[in-house]
Amino acid sequence: MSLFNKARKNLSDTNLLLAITIVVFFVMYACAVLFLGSGFLKPQTFFNILNENAALIILSCGMSLVMITGGIDISVGMVTALVCMSCAVHLDHNGGSVPTAILLALFIGLMFGLVQGSLIAFLEIQPFIVTLAGMFFAKGMTTIVNATQFNVEHEAFKALKATRITVPGMGSVNKLGNYVPAYVEIGVIVALIVVVLLFILLKWVKLGRNFYAVGGNNQSANMLGINVKRTKFLAHLLCGLLAGIGGFVYFLHVGSGSPSHASGAEMNAIASSIIGGTMLTGGVGNIIGTFFGVLSLSTIKNIVSSLGLDEAWWTNITVAAMICLFLVIQSVVLSRKNKDKL
Amino acid sequence: MPSTTNNTTAGTFKAFLLRLVRRQIFIPVAALLILVLFNLIADPSFFAITLDQNSAGDPVFSGYLITILNNASELAILAIGMTLVTSASGGQDISVGSAIAIAGSVVLRVLCGTNSRPETLQAPIIVAFLVCCVVAMLFGAFNGILVSVFKIQPMVATLILFTAGRSIAAWINNNELPIISEVSFGYYGNFIPGIPIPTPIFIAVACMLVIALVLKFTNLGLYAQSVGINAEASRLNGINPTWIKFITYVILGLCVAVAGFIKVSRFSTLNYSVIAKDIEMDAILAVALGGNALSGGKFNMPASILGAYVIQFLTTTLFKFNVVSSALPAYKAIVVIVLVVLSAPLVRDKIAEVWKKIAPVKAVKEAN
Repeated sequence: MSLFNKARKNLSDTNLLLAITIVVFFVMYACAVLFLGSGFLKPQTFFNILNENAALIILSCGMSLVMITGGIDISVGMVTALVCMSCAVHLDHNGGSVPTAILLALFIGLMFGLVQGSLIAFLEIQPFIVTLAGMFFAKGMTTIVNATQFNVEHEAFKALKATRITVPGMGSVNKLGNYVPAYVEIGVIVALIVVVLLFILLKWVKLGRNFYAVGGNNQSANMLGINVKRTKFLAHLLCGLLAGIGGFVYFLHVGSGSPSHASGAEMNAIASSIIGGTMLTGGVGNIIGTFFGVLSLSTIKNIVSSLGLDEAWWTNITVAAMICLFLVIQSVVLSRKNKDKL
Repeated sequence: MPSTTNNTTAGTFKAFLLRLVRRQIFIPVAALLILVLFNLIADPSFFAITLDQNSAGDPVFSGYLITILNNASELAILAIGMTLVTSASGGQDISVGSAIAIAGSVVLRVLCGTNSRPETLQAPIIVAFLVCCVVAMLFGAFNGILVSVFKIQPMVATLILFTAGRSIAAWINNNELPIISEVSFGYYGNFIPGIPIPTPIFIAVACMLVIALVLKFTNLGLYAQSVGINAEASRLNGINPTWIKFITYVILGLCVAVAGFIKVSRFSTLNYSVIAKDIEMDAILAVALGGNALSGGKFNMPASILGAYVIQFLTTTLFKFNVVSSALPAYKAIVVIVLVVLSAPLVRDKIAEVWKKIAPVKAVKEAN
């Protein structure tokens, strides 16, 4: 116990919350393996979680960035839908190519980041309202671009979508006795690159450290000579860009455009960030935690569905219970830690 | 000395105008005026109110204005609670839409029992309403405890109920969609026979009166603002911030119950996944349009309520001009952005500066 206390004192808020997240994820996965049988032991089960949530990982990373600076961006889900629809229309109806579709996705994300970031940072309007308007705008624009769902038939895109990267050394024997190597989609690679880059940014680059400083305390950051407005602007710009990238990754996974795509993704992203130990008040957070947050969220969804509780409402209730649990743990742990300091 | 008196009247008028612009309620009023002007120019028949007969054969008022007042009722009621919550806790409750689904399904459950197509009601309507109030206040209390006792940021704390709410609503009625055929249940969301004005308008007005009396005769408003401005200082002054924050969430729960009851009564049934969808965003928008700081502190209740009506006015106007309902958010977003940019303190200061630069020149000219 004394060891635990010592460790608790030595850990920073960020690392403490990160440790909780990672431990809970592994405990949960172990429980799933123990009680639900070998399905969860197959590497492919784990990689499927990654495949399905590559876009969410990217979106959550962007969300964590703005949350660390003390802001919030609830437009990311609908920006994803807008990117999907725009790229789909661009590829199928306007004869575009894959590279231009990628550029289009990045452009849309960047524009949202640019406008929202400048309104929030330079005009000092509350982030919630600005990104709420952004969400409404993206939602409306998606149906203005195209009101119905359709699958993309573009050949090069379909080839890219079907590309599977086998993971060396991982695989399992299927029912027929054949060895099936585990695979990931391209989106997962993109997501992992994003996670690594952002981790480096937040850990060792001046801009990343500024994010923490601004989120922790606006005023003292200002007195330290940090350009608070510019930092906030860059955080929202990055988040917008990541929403663009995430949007394309989502598009790559589903291969269709629809106004109902990624609905609620912003709340999933916020939930993942919170489970990963990022605090909405700013100044505390970690990209690795966010990564594990997404994994925890989707693992619990997988567990619920494999328990045979098919109704969609069970998933929601468990996810909500999990967020509740994490919040209370964080609140209790942090308040006890603060008491130790006094 | 006619010129001096003229000058002073002009001066006082200018000062009056400046004071008016600085008033918080100016933003929603100005937005409303712009919308009214726009409609007047585009199509004056927008304001026509006619006496028609509804399907039951009763004479009822109809027209866009009545539609606006009618449809904005739930939003106005929610705006009351949301303003208090925003003021005291410095955050917003994003679970109101889900909570309305829960409140509505509780009403249906009590009225229908286990039968999804009851011939007669299983309980008096007033009992259903009271049970729904209690349940909604309990859920409000749940949010309130998370925010006040565990000190979790409001948006995150209410994210829990936001995620689970509609699922709980489905679970309350075993995933069925009961329909009430009893006519008298529809009175609360539509028309009472013989009265040509929709009932929700009366309910909304009643709620406004109640909150006006509460703010007038209790310290709730003052305490909520002081907790929102500085919780620690309020605590030192003998106010219990935890209790004040908690009670605002319970009040919001009550507002949710009333709004949910109206919503169910309108259709005599409810669809868990779509009822009151995105209404939390509109409610927060109403508070923001009212010029209230979303970070807590001082609030202006009439401005918030007016904000709710502005939003409905905008929605109805857009509908009238045949905007597809799914494309509606895009236009709403543009209007919102314009409004918040204009009301941003920085922009207002800039405008005031420019105004001051122009004003002295005018004064000199008038003096000459």
